[in-house]
Amino acid sequence: MSTLISGARMLAECLAREGVDCIFGYPGGVTLPFYDVLYEHQIRHVLVRHEENAAFAAEGFARTTGRVGVCCATSGPGATNLTTGLVDALMDSIPIVAITGQVTSKLIGSDAFQEADTFGITRPGTKHNYLVKRLEDLAQTIHEAFYVASSGRPGPVLVDITKDVLQAQGHYQPVTAVHLPGYKVFTEGHTGQIRRAAQLIQESHRPLVYAGGGIVAANASKELRETVELADAPAVVTLMGLGSLPAEHPNFISMPGMHGSYAANMALTNCDTLIALGVRFDDRVTGRLAAFAPHAKVIHVDIDPAEIGKIRAPEVPIVGDVKRVLVKLNRLLAELKTAEAKEPADETRSAARRAWWHQVRQWKLDHPLQVITSESEIKPQHLMGEIDRLSGGQAIVTSDVGQHQMWAAQLIRFSEPRLWLNSGGLGSMGFGLPAAIGAQFARPDKLVFSLVGDGGFQMSIPELSTIAAHGLPIKIVIMNNGYLGMVRQWQTLFYNNRLSSTEIEGFPDTEKLAAAYGFKGRTIDKPWELRSALEEAVREPGPYLLNVKVSSMENVYPMVPAGAGLGEMVLGPPEPVAVPSK
Amino acid sequence: MLQVISLLLENKPGALMRVTGLLSQRGYNIESLTVARTLDPELSRMTIVVDVDSTQRQQVIKQMNKLINVLQANDLTESPAVVRELVMVRVRTPQESRTAVLKESEIFGARVVDSSTEGFVIETTGDPEKLGEFIDVMGSYGEIDVTRSGALAIALEARKLRLQPPVPTKELITEPRP
Repeated sequence: MSTLISGARMLAECLAREGVDCIFGYPGGVTLPFYDVLYEHQIRHVLVRHEENAAFAAEGFARTTGRVGVCCATSGPGATNLTTGLVDALMDSIPIVAITGQVTSKLIGSDAFQEADTFGITRPGTKHNYLVKRLEDLAQTIHEAFYVASSGRPGPVLVDITKDVLQAQGHYQPVTAVHLPGYKVFTEGHTGQIRRAAQLIQESHRPLVYAGGGIVAANASKELRETVELADAPAVVTLMGLGSLPAEHPNFISMPGMHGSYAANMALTNCDTLIALGVRFDDRVTGRLAAFAPHAKVIHVDIDPAEIGKIRAPEVPIVGDVKRVLVKLNRLLAELKTAEAKEPADETRSAARRAWWHQVRQWKLDHPLQVITSESEIKPQHLMGEIDRLSGGQAIVTSDVGQHQMWAAQLIRFSEPRLWLNSGGLGSMGFGLPAAIGAQFARPDKLVFSLVGDGGFQMSIPELSTIAAHGLPIKIVIMNNGYLGMVRQWQTLFYNNRLSSTEIEGFPDTEKLAAAYGFKGRTIDKPWELRSALEEAVREPGPYLLNVKVSSMENVYPMVPAGAGLGEMVLGPPEPVAVPSK
Repeated sequence: MLQVISLLLENKPGALMRVTGLLSQRGYNIESLTVARTLDPELSRMTIVVDVDSTQRQQVIKQMNKLINVLQANDLTESPAVVRELVMVRVRTPQESRTAVLKESEIFGARVVDSSTEGFVIETTGDPEKLGEFIDVMGSYGEIDVTRSGALAIALEARKLRLQPPVPTKELITEPRP
C-alpha cells in the first residue's frame, strides 16, 4: 500500500507525471496547501504579478513549445483574473491547464471570503472545466484535463479544486486510462475526400493554399511545405500561421486579410481552388464574405467538425488532423504528378498555371509590403525592418495588439513556426510582455523580443518586476506613437479624425522606469539611432527596455475597410492626415 | 423556426449548463427543456425545443456534439420522431358542468387525477398542438391552472452511437523531465 499523501501533493505529482516542469501563478488563501508542497518540489513556480499574466505566460510557454502550459490562481479574484487569458487561449486553440483553488466544499454557496463561482464563470471561456470536491476524483481529473487540453483542437481547461481536497489525505491510485465517452477526436481524414481534394488540386488552374494556426498546432510545417510544392501553389499564411511556411519560401505570399498584402488578397479573390488548411475563415481574413474567394472551389481541412461549413461551405470537407491529412494528400499528389508525367501534357492547364504564377508575382511586385524609412523620424515600418534584420527569421517575437502587431506581421519574416506569438482571435492587449516571459522560460536559449505598443505595455508593466526578478534577457521594444494607434487609425479614417480618448499622455520615463527595476532602458526618436540601439539591446546580457518613439500618425496599409471585399483594399492614405490641434 | 434537439449526455454537474450556455450565448430562447436520467444512471436524455435561426441549426448541433459531456446531439426537427408532452390542468368548475368536463376529458384521452368540490386536476399527454386544444377546451369551463412538461422526443430510427474507448494514460503521460 502506498503512503498517505495530501491532495496538494497528489496534484503536484500528477503535474510532474504530465511532464510539467514550470508553472506560472499567484498564491492565495485556499491554494496554500499546494504552495506548501511546491516549496520543495522539482516543479518550478514562477510568481507573476497579476493572474491574468499567469495565463498569458502559460500561453507563451505553450505557443513556444507545443506542450501544455500551466497556470495557477487562488479562488475568487485570483480565478476571475485568469479569465481573459483563458478566453484568449480558447480563441487561438492554445493548450493550457489552469489550476484554481476553491473555498472549502462546505462553504461553497455561502458567499465565503474570496468565493466566486469559478466553474460557472469559466464554463464558456474554456474548452472544458472541472470542479473537484472529492479527493478520489483529483488524479483522474488532472490527467483528463491534460488530455482534453492537448488533444483534438487544443484549448484551455480549468480545474477548480476545493481547499479541503488539497488538505485531505489519501492514497494515489495510479490512473490507467482516461475515459471520456463523448469526447470525439477526429484524426484521420476521410480517404475518399482526400482523393477528391488531390484530384481537384491537380486539375486546378489557379490554386492557392490558405494556411493557418492549425498547421502550427499540428506541427505540420514540413507537410505544408511539401503540399505547397507538390501543388505548385502560392500560399497565403494567416496571422496565426506565420512561420509555418518559411517567409523565404518562394511560394510564400504573406498574410491575407484586413491588413494583408495586396498580393495575398488578390490571390484569394482570383484563385479557382482554395486549399484551406487549419484555418477558420476569420472575419479579419475574409472581409465581406460574398466577395471572398468568389471563384474558388474550397477544400477545407480542419480537426474541428464545427469549423467545416461554419463560414463557407466547402466543396471538399475533410475533418482530421491536418498533419495526417497532408501526409496522405501529398502521397496522392505525388502519384498524380508521376502519372501525369507519362501522359501528354495538358497544355491549357500548364499555360493557365504559368499565367497564374506570373500574375501572383506581378501583384507582389506591384504593391510589395515595404519597409518605409524617413530621415527625420522613425517610421514604425522601419522599426519592424530592423527587428527583422536582427532576428534573421530566428528570434521569438511576441506582440501585443494593434498597429505594431500588424506591421510586425507584415514585415518581420519568420523561418519557423512557434516564433511569432500574438493574441490573434481575442486581440488581448497586455499579452505581449507576459507571453514573452513564458516563451523565455520555455526557451532560455532564444532571443526573445517583446514587441509592444505604448498602450498595451502599460497594461502589463507590473511584469517588469517578474522579468527583473528572474533576470530574463527579454528585449522589450515599445513602439511608442503616443496613441492607441489602431483605434486612433479608425477614428482618423472613419470618425472624422475626432481622437476621442486615444492619446496616451504621461508615458513614464523609460530609463528611470527600467532603472527602478534594475535594468537598462533607453528612449530613442532619431532614425539613425535605431539600428545601434536595437543592437545594444540585443548585446545586453539581461533585460532591456527600449522605447522607440515613432511617427505618431502613421496608418497601417493596405487596409480592407470593414464590410468591404478583399479586392477593395485601400493601399495608402487618401490624403495627408491632419494632425489635430491641441 | 422551432428546432427539436435530442441529446444524450453524461449525468454530471454542469452538463446542463454547458448545453444551455451554447444557446444563451447566441441569444436563443429555449421554449422547453426536459431532462432525466436514462437506463444507464450515468447518462441523461434531454429534449430541447429552441428557436434557432435556420442558418445556424447545423452549427448549433455541431457545437453541442463538441461538448465533452455530450455523447450525441441530434436534430429531430425534420427527421422521423415522436414528440409528446404531459400537461396537468386544474379546472375550477361549477357543479352543473362537471359531467361535461369529464366527457371532454374522455375525448382527449385525459385522466382525472384529483377530484374535489372545487373541480378537477386532469392530466393528459400528446403532441404539443393537441395539448393546446385541450387547454383551450378546459378553459371554457372555468378558471384553469396549467403545468406543461415541455416536449419529450424520441427518434423513430435508432441512431448509431459511437462512443470513444478509454485512452490509456501511458499514451498520454510523458515521463517527468530530469
